[in-house]
Amino acid sequence: MHQGQALLLLLALFFGVAAGLVGCFALMKRMVLASDVLSHLALPGLGIAYLLKINPLIGGAASLLLGTLLVWRLQKGTGLASDAAIGVVFAASLAIGAIVTPKEDLVDALFGELQQVSILGFFVGLAATLLVIFSLFVLKDRLTISIFSRELAASCGVKVDLVDLYFLLIFSVTILVGLRFMGTLLASALIILPASTARHVADRLWSFLLLSSAASLTAVLAGFLLNTFVLKISTVGPTIVIISALLFGLSFLKPA
Amino acid sequence: MLSVRNLSVAFGTRVIIHDLSFEVTAGKSLAVIGPNGAGKTVLLSALLNLIPYGGEIHWSPGARLGYVPQKVAADRQVPLQARDLMQTKSSLLKLPATDLDEVSHEVGLTPELLNTHIGKLSGGQFQKALIAFALLGRPNVLLFDEPTASLDELSEERIYELLHNLQTNKRMTVILVSHDLSVVYRYADMVLCLGKGHACLGPPREVLTPKMLEDLYGAPAKYHLHAEGH
Repeated sequence: MHQGQALLLLLALFFGVAAGLVGCFALMKRMVLASDVLSHLALPGLGIAYLLKINPLIGGAASLLLGTLLVWRLQKGTGLASDAAIGVVFAASLAIGAIVTPKEDLVDALFGELQQVSILGFFVGLAATLLVIFSLFVLKDRLTISIFSRELAASCGVKVDLVDLYFLLIFSVTILVGLRFMGTLLASALIILPASTARHVADRLWSFLLLSSAASLTAVLAGFLLNTFVLKISTVGPTIVIISALLFGLSFLKPA
Repeated sequence: MLSVRNLSVAFGTRVIIHDLSFEVTAGKSLAVIGPNGAGKTVLLSALLNLIPYGGEIHWSPGARLGYVPQKVAADRQVPLQARDLMQTKSSLLKLPATDLDEVSHEVGLTPELLNTHIGKLSGGQFQKALIAFALLGRPNVLLFDEPTASLDELSEERIYELLHNLQTNKRMTVILVSHDLSVVYRYADMVLCLGKGHACLGPPREVLTPKMLEDLYGAPAKYHLHAEGH
């Protein structure tokens, strides 16, 4: 394993922790499926970036951010449920993405393409994941209480609409980091699967957060090692997702 | 404690509350009654500043509000214990760690219940947890929205006893939405009726005449008037 691969693994491990934590709140907010499609908001930007031959992440970030703000406005302005708002923006994004992305780049955009990462890319990704983890730490109480009841949260002085927006942005940044090695189709898998596994086992908030991060870390590490030394396929995303799914299956062995 | 002047609330073109004025004195209890859709919950939301409104809502300086909702739409299967939920508020309000246990003790939420997954609490126990949650931060005003709507009679009785204790021992101001007129007679100093064109305000025994109730609900009301009163 050379330096680029080692940095990628390290970044993926940090991403694993961030995704595991974000997933817990997404699951409690009942936006797990919505979060799956949210990752596709990056597709039009990725496609345009491939067309213009610029860094795909810049395009992905721009369209993901725009899409996220659009979802938030739709929710706030029309009272549409978050899954419906995300569904509308997702359908349009996927269609635009499929039209603008050059055919030879479409598979990379959907499943991830990165074999290694530059030092600059590593530090940018690391800063983003640390920002996600720190923001969740700061917002933990506001998020939990507003997920539980928007009215109760507001009665405690929580600005619920703003917390919604912050969470969508945290979510998008997590997806963005994951896009590099997981692609738009699988980036949200590490948000959904470890949290679902942990929910099955945990009975308190702290153990939920801890177990979800641990399940995510395990899947990333085992996926990378298995892919690098055994399977040697071009992208690591599917291996990580399969291991995550296996961990989810194992969680059913917990005695009731 | 609370002064409401010319309050109006509308959702789009639908007017829910129109030109409502009333006052609540510190330490007194006001019951809000009215048929479904009369705007009782909307009134509480406006008092909590959760929705936009016209007119004036003025709370006395130093008023600290606690709110017990009618129901919580949350997924109760999330991995949260009652303690986790209360800790979020404690930590947001930066309360001393002892407050949580003291408030829980006051409402009869035992350590065992505090450490129970919220999905496994019974309706009455969950309601107690919500009341304990509302009491964190030592509010001096409590807003109750149909606090016993989904409870059996025994649990209902216990919740109202608790409410009565809070009123008498802590001199807490209480604003209570209730469908149960016998509760209104027993626990409210004043009653506010909301309904299309039927707003009224006064002590329960003066205001709640059979004629007024029939006008308000569109049918003769059935209730038990407890001899001991409030």
